[in-house]
Order: sequence, then structure tokens, then C-alpha cells
Amino acid sequence: MLAIQNLSFAVSEAEREKEIIHDLSLTIEDGKFVVITGPNGSGKSTLARLIMGIEKPLSGQILLDGEDITALDITERAKKGISFAFQQPVRFKGIRVQDLLRLAAGRNLTVSAACTYLSEVGLCARDYIDREINSSLSGGELKRIEIATLLARQTRLSVFDEPEAGIDLWSFQNLIRIFENMRREIKDSSIVIISHQERILRIADEIVVLSGGSITMRGRPDEILPALIGKSAPVSVCEMLQ
Amino acid sequence: MVKLDAIQKRLISEIADLHSVPAGAYNFRANSKLAGRNTTANIDIVSKENGSGIDIHIKPGTKNESVHIPVVISESGIKETVYNDFYIGEDCDVVIVAGCGIDNCGGHDSEHDGVHRFFVGRGAKVKYVEKHYGSGDGTGKRILNPVTECYMDEDSSMEMEMEQIKGVDSTERTTLAELKAGAKLIVKERLMTHGVQNAVSSYQVNLNGAGATADVVSRSVARDDSTQTFNARITGNAPCSGHTECDSIIMDRGHILAIPSLEANDVDAMLVHEAAIGKIAGDQLIKLMTLGLTEAEAEEQIINGFLR
Repeated sequence: MLAIQNLSFAVSEAEREKEIIHDLSLTIEDGKFVVITGPNGSGKSTLARLIMGIEKPLSGQILLDGEDITALDITERAKKGISFAFQQPVRFKGIRVQDLLRLAAGRNLTVSAACTYLSEVGLCARDYIDREINSSLSGGELKRIEIATLLARQTRLSVFDEPEAGIDLWSFQNLIRIFENMRREIKDSSIVIISHQERILRIADEIVVLSGGSITMRGRPDEILPALIGKSAPVSVCEMLQ
Repeated sequence: MVKLDAIQKRLISEIADLHSVPAGAYNFRANSKLAGRNTTANIDIVSKENGSGIDIHIKPGTKNESVHIPVVISESGIKETVYNDFYIGEDCDVVIVAGCGIDNCGGHDSEHDGVHRFFVGRGAKVKYVEKHYGSGDGTGKRILNPVTECYMDEDSSMEMEMEQIKGVDSTERTTLAELKAGAKLIVKERLMTHGVQNAVSSYQVNLNGAGATADVVSRSVARDDSTQTFNARITGNAPCSGHTECDSIIMDRGHILAIPSLEANDVDAMLVHEAAIGKIAGDQLIKLMTLGLTEAEAEEQIINGFLR
């Protein structure tokens, strides 16, 4: 279980402190698939980065299974069982897909095991296993490889920052299927997705709506979605791709 | 018969991935002396009459054979210049593995300057692998100044992999290539410097015949207080295509000077150069740290991948 307590975060902008997250508290239970949504600039991605330890809060605590992890760095949090999928996956010259999956798994991964993770995200393993994670891969391919690294990690808590950003329609259909599979096989782990996407919101156990760095609504999709439709979030896939 | 001590065997394994005597032709040189030689029906190795090096003759049509010519220096204070000439016959397909390892535990500088000339016959295909490695904790420097010259006949091709990852204090590499029509040259250079090392690498590639192509790519990492200079020039004297690329990671207080240059003397010469120098991207480190690696481990993985 992840418990966020009274979390605040600010950045310096033109010599002034600008608050991005304001006294935010949120609990994510085991076995839950939670989607955090909200307009641009509401602090969604910042919240995800605070959970992973990429950003440090001004005040407040983050607890994982009751343990205070606020002071832990990214590496320590990763070892405690948090994983993170980047909104814009990082490219590496010379590092191959199988290298990244091996690093993610934290052990020597057989080629067939690596292939299983790639197949799950809809990539033909034979074509990708030796590819370098460089600019020869498209945004959609990178995104799916990014998700495959999280599958290889198999952690207690997976955080996805806008998985739909920068991908084509075909990849998007696959993405939904991947999340539906993950939703089915969630067991004791939890999934947090930052998303604007109506179809992702629909498969959530719980939707958390963020605005101006605070939670304005939370509840089941049937409770929250009607209030959101027609607002800036969520958008349908067609609107997103316009 | 090859006679090598433990240090020499370690150097050989670093520079040529050899753990025993290789199959095929070889010439082992240890502390300025011949330590072992083998010739085959198609590959002959003879010492130059003046003792300055060896001539390697590969018969036309020789396929899938290899030549290993490693050099190791384990005594402090050796300074040598060796001239090795390779005569590769028409339509050959061969692999040549060279390299030099210096272990210097003494107070005197050790230096090996290998001058390699390749005369590549028409239609021949050569893969050339050269690794440099230094070890030992003496105050004497480990110095390597290789000179490589390639004279490539029509439709021949040569792929050169040159790697210097560790322990060489000073290196000045000079590479010259002359390509006739249809000849193809691919160079992959990998370089890492650390401490106060200094490395200079210069290329002059002349594309002299129609359809000649060259691709010279260098990737390097400069750590600590080390200095690197990469100076690559491709000259197009005919309808040809050439590409040179220098991609470097700078760390600590390193210094890198990249001077890719192009010269065209024919209206149909197509030449491109690229150069980039930058530190390891913060988001690359963060990504690997989210997989559970420490910052130092992440840095190591990024460099290993980059220099692959």
C-alpha cells in the first residue's frame, strides 16, 4: 500500500516559489488500478515523479507498506518495489532492448524470457531483441519497450506517466489491451497511471482528479466520468490525435 | 611454439581475446622478440631482412582464414617501431587481428609504434581488428603510436575496428586510406581515456575512384583530466560518398577537440560529417536508477553501451 501524506512541492519561477502540489494526501491500496487525471499543469506528472523519488517534496511523507520512504533516493525506492514508466522514454546509444530488459529484471534474463515480455506488449521479439534503444525506434515502439521493462521488473507498485502521449492510433489500441491484461493479473501489486485518456479511465478501479495541485474528486469511473465528460480531461482518442 | 609468461598471456587475452594459440596463421611478438609464428598454405609470414618487421602475404582467393599478430611488452623501458606490411591477394576474405598490450611496472616509458600497411587486392574483403591495452602500476608511461595505411584496389572492402579502452597513457594514431573505384572502407573507432591520458586520432581518407565509399565513425569517452583530439578528413576526388562521425561523452574535467573535415574535388562527391560532444544525459541516469541501479552503475552501463 502506498500512502501519501500532506505532500507539497514547489518550483522557483522568476524568483518566486510556485506551488505545484499542495498538501496532497492519497492512499493507493494493494490490488488497485488507479488513474490520476486532470488538466495540464494540475501536477499529475509531478506527483508521479515524487512517488518515484525523481523530485523531492518540500514537506509531507510517502509511505510504502507503512515504511517512510520520503528520504530514499530513486535507486532505493526502485529496490523497495516501485517502478516508473516515463512519459517520454529515454534513448540510449549502444544499449539494446535485451540489455534494458536484463537490467530491469535485475538478473540474467534468457532470450526466451525477454521475448515473452516483448510479446506481451505486441512486439515481435525476434525483430526487437537486438535493436539499440536509439532514434531508429519510433515513439510507439519506445513506449511499448518502456512498458516491457516494467513487466520484467514485476514490482509492487508500477507508475505510468501518460503512457498514451506521443503514440499512434494503432499503438494506442495495443496499449489499452496491455493495460487490460495488467488489470486482470494485478494480484497484490498496484498500478498508478497518469492519463487523460477516457478508455484508460474506464478500466480504473478508482479515478483521482487533480486540479491546481490538489485532489478535487475521487471515486469509481461511473461516479467520476459523467462529471468529466466535456471537460478538458478526459479526451477521446480522436480528440487526442487531432 | 609460443612461449609467454602469465602477464604476457593476460595481455594477449585483453587485446586479442585469445586464451590459447589461435587456429591459422599467427606471429607473436613479446618484448621485441619473436615468440611464436605459424604459417599456412595460403598465408605466409616472413621477417623483413633488416629486422624491422614482418611481411604477410595472403594468396589470392584465400577465404575464411585469419591472421593474428599480437604484440606484448611486459618489460619497462622498451621503445620500438615495427613495420608490418600486409599483401592481400585478389578476392580474399580474411580476418586480421592485431593489437598491443603493454604492462609497465617500472619507472621507464614503454613505447610500441606499429606501422601497418595494407595492400588490398581487387575484390578482396578484409576485417581488421586492433585493440590496445595498458596495465601496470609503474611510473613509466605506456605509449602507443600506431600508423595504419590502406591502399585499396578496385571493389575491395575493408572493415576496421580499433579499440583502446584502458591503460594507454599516450597515443597518437594516424590512419591513411587510398581507395580506388568501388572500394569500400568502414572504420569503427572506440576510445576511452582516463587519468591524465592524451589521445590523438587523425584520419585522411582519399576517395579516388568512382563509387568509392568510406564511413569513419568514432565514439569516445574522456574521463578525469584526459584529453582527446579527433581529426578526420575525407577527400572526394571522384563521384563517391563519404561519411565521418565523431560522438563523444565528456566527463569530469576531460577535454575533447573534434575536427571532422571534408574536401571535395569532384562535383559528384557526396560527403557528410557529424560531430557531437556532451555529458551523459540526466534522464538516462534516472531511467537506469528507476530500474534499481546506483548512479555509478548506471553510468557504467551507459558508457559500456556507448562504446560497444
